[in-house]
Amino acid sequence: MSEHTIRMTVNGREMEGNAEARTTLVDFLRDTLDLTGTHVGCEHGVCGACSVVMDGRPVRSCLLYAVQADGAEITTVEGLEGAEGELSPLQDAFWENHAMQCGYCTPGMLIATHALLSENPDPDEDDIREAIGGNLCRCTGYQQIVEAVKMAAEKMRKG
Amino acid sequence: MDGDFKFVGKKRRVKEDRRFVTGRGRYAADLRLPGMLHVAMVSSPYACAEIRSVDAGAALAMPGVRYVLTGDELFDHINPLLSGLDLPNVKRVPLARGRARYAGEWVCAVVAESRAIAEDAAELVEIDYGMLDYVIDPEEAIEPEAPLVHPEHGSNVLFDKTWTWGNVDGDFAASAHSVKYRARWSRCSTIPIETFAVTASWDPGREVLDVWASIQMPKYPEQIARGLRMPVNAVNVHFDIDVGGSYGLKRGIRQTIIVGYLSRKLRAPVRFIEDRLENLAGGEMHGPDRIFDIEMAYDDDATIRSIRIHATDDAGCYPGRAPLQLGKPVSAIVGPYRIASAQYRAMSVTTNKTSQEAVRGFGQAPTNFAIETGIDRIARALKLDRDEVRRRNLVRADEFPWRIPSGSEYDSGDYHTVLDKVMKAAGWDDLLAKRDALRAEGKLAGLGLSTCLEPSGGNSSFEPLFNPKNDTTTWMEACLIKVDMLGGVTATINTSTSGQGHETLVSVAVGETLGIDPDRIRAIHAESLDALPSNSPVGSRMAIMLGGAAAGAAKKIKQKAMEIAAHNFQLPVDRLVYDGGDVHVEGNPDRRMTWLEIVDIAHRRYHDMPLGSEPGLQANFTWEVPTGGALPAEDGTVQMYPCYAFEAHIPLVAIDRDTGQVEILDYYIGHDCGTVINPDIVRGMTLGGIAHGIGAALYEKFEYDRETGQLMAGSFMDYLLPSSHEVPPVEIVKHSTPSPLTEFGQKGSGESGYLGAPAGIASAVNDALEPLGLHLDTLPMRVRDIEKLINGREQ
Repeated sequence: MSEHTIRMTVNGREMEGNAEARTTLVDFLRDTLDLTGTHVGCEHGVCGACSVVMDGRPVRSCLLYAVQADGAEITTVEGLEGAEGELSPLQDAFWENHAMQCGYCTPGMLIATHALLSENPDPDEDDIREAIGGNLCRCTGYQQIVEAVKMAAEKMRKG
Repeated sequence: MDGDFKFVGKKRRVKEDRRFVTGRGRYAADLRLPGMLHVAMVSSPYACAEIRSVDAGAALAMPGVRYVLTGDELFDHINPLLSGLDLPNVKRVPLARGRARYAGEWVCAVVAESRAIAEDAAELVEIDYGMLDYVIDPEEAIEPEAPLVHPEHGSNVLFDKTWTWGNVDGDFAASAHSVKYRARWSRCSTIPIETFAVTASWDPGREVLDVWASIQMPKYPEQIARGLRMPVNAVNVHFDIDVGGSYGLKRGIRQTIIVGYLSRKLRAPVRFIEDRLENLAGGEMHGPDRIFDIEMAYDDDATIRSIRIHATDDAGCYPGRAPLQLGKPVSAIVGPYRIASAQYRAMSVTTNKTSQEAVRGFGQAPTNFAIETGIDRIARALKLDRDEVRRRNLVRADEFPWRIPSGSEYDSGDYHTVLDKVMKAAGWDDLLAKRDALRAEGKLAGLGLSTCLEPSGGNSSFEPLFNPKNDTTTWMEACLIKVDMLGGVTATINTSTSGQGHETLVSVAVGETLGIDPDRIRAIHAESLDALPSNSPVGSRMAIMLGGAAAGAAKKIKQKAMEIAAHNFQLPVDRLVYDGGDVHVEGNPDRRMTWLEIVDIAHRRYHDMPLGSEPGLQANFTWEVPTGGALPAEDGTVQMYPCYAFEAHIPLVAIDRDTGQVEILDYYIGHDCGTVINPDIVRGMTLGGIAHGIGAALYEKFEYDRETGQLMAGSFMDYLLPSSHEVPPVEIVKHSTPSPLTEFGQKGSGESGYLGAPAGIASAVNDALEPLGLHLDTLPMRVRDIEKLINGREQ
């Protein structure tokens, strides 16, 4: 298998690594760049655990090859914190509302709703359920996640 | 009682969540070890086949491939895995040996320098199979001419026993009516988003096998050691690994035996992470698959006198703990009802499907669904309201402790009040009006009701009940608390956690007992080599058992602090008051020793310690189930679970006449699990349990093709999990009847929601179908099943 050198901006930092053409983006992030916050759930694009933001849009990193992300700008869950490690309002609201149990789907949920709030600062219940409609959670029944996103949106609107 | 606590029951952020929201959870797949090798499985394409030969030459010739392990080699070096039943001729093995018994069964393990290479090489392993007859349907499997899944056993029946408790025949004869029906719970599971993952690393220097796994299983280190023929103290399981969901399922002992063996053989760390197909088809993590044939005897006034249940459960290929999932329901065989007698025939059958594993509720959710189906039928037959039939049969609040015919005593409850509260909060009459308004518009709409129990914190007495050679009755949990030199408190959890928030639980239980802010208490997961006994988070037991163990250890710390202070005040302990770590003289709060002073004495100033006492400030406590452990009596009566939580579900559904699509419009649940330790955790468990129940009721099924024996649901495109669109907002109506048996009055809640949601939704769907004269007693009630039924087509 031929190896390719891939460069991308991840969470604001220039990063580089080598990968085979068949290496998925999620495997590249986890195995080559050591960013293990992004999780692998189904590897066929259904569960959303591997969601990352690529060039402004949430994508499933299990359905993309790393080479397709060459030159891209990526945000993973590790990039949501502030410079000093302070939690973003969304992360803080997830914690406050216990919007998780096992935490495995949480990075994908955060990414999906981070992308939602970037576009829509005042989402209603349906908007939130739509935004996480492609992210499966087996622990929570989604309700505390929806509540967390509402709380974060309100807090962010109030600045 | 909830109001008497300083920390218990109060809003508190869940400790574990901070690492999860920052992407710093540490899951089994996050571990990287130098020189780590990777495994991919070669799976049988046939439902049953003789394995004539394995040719791994081409696979081994691939660069990067290190080994191909066959079932024959592995079998020669391990002990077969534990079975829940006494079946000497049914050997459960990690890799098929001689014969593959279901489509998807793992036959060889390919080891390579990367998972990708291992997958490529797996395709090159040449296996010569001879196809054999197979059986998929459990009722066909018990026919005399059925192909045998385990010919050595001589039958496809793994277990068949009937218990009769009370005067069943007499009660049936004396009753005015009886109802007879079949209810079908199809094969589904609580499939977590994280598949099973395990890394084993043999350290030849220390002679220790280190294991990191996404595990939720009692006695995991012991089972590894037995399987690999090693001493238990040469196995070290790292319980600090975060488990990405389990709900009973993550019991990957086969996977662990494979990587453990390979790591010792190849002298390298070996990792196996199931991909989704390996997980669904060969991971042996399907749930109960059960046919209920039930009769209930009742009078004109709806008093239910007796019940006969015949449960036929399809265990799949290997009977690990699956048959025992027929056992837990013995502890609540009459549900929350005052039914005087019961007969229970539990039959476990093997078929050529992947094996069944423990699933949330351990067989109780299907049984609750089956019982509730009958309650609704009685209501229909007598033209009584469904809540009224329940009200007339529910155990009354003044009757506790209440002993049921099968021997379990229900500790406490107030079922009528919970039912009243949730019906009031839901606006039952308003919901009926909403239903009728929908019907008036020509829609199909139905209101559901179910009431059921969550037995929790049990002693595993279903093991001796199902296998008299297994006399396990001890089902303890332990906690070690250390107070360090500067007064910090650290407590151990001796198993892994899969989302239950045990660090928060332990911190609150210890904090409440010691009067110290739980945020200042650290709870850590031990490694198995320095862990105290644990039986893992099964059977809704950790709030009860780990909470009780943590509080028990904290009480010892408190007692010792009091003794140190008493010695220094030269007063008896009963003249002193413990005050949030400090100790003062009764009636004189100024004569006080601070926590730090007491700790300092314990750690440094032996001359100020009571004569002959142990230095330092640490304690451990190991707790047995509060109702103890007793073997089942001759007639099968036994107390398994000490605590019984109650729940009542009210969903309103609408069904699309053209497509059969069920939409849940409203959902209420009344829930009483005694004292709640952390409200957010219990709420989340209940909401998540309902989501699982919605899946089991409407979507999830491991369909096998009877003609080919193939699993038809090997991906999330075919095995449908409920998303945020399918799970509605749910309102929880709380009530608390504390248990008299536990430290804070808590009962279990880890299975809440799931135990009654399928029954509640089935009730609602059948209410919707009733105007058409139709009903459906098979779960899941999928779109296509309902559509076919409505349009008069065969299911």
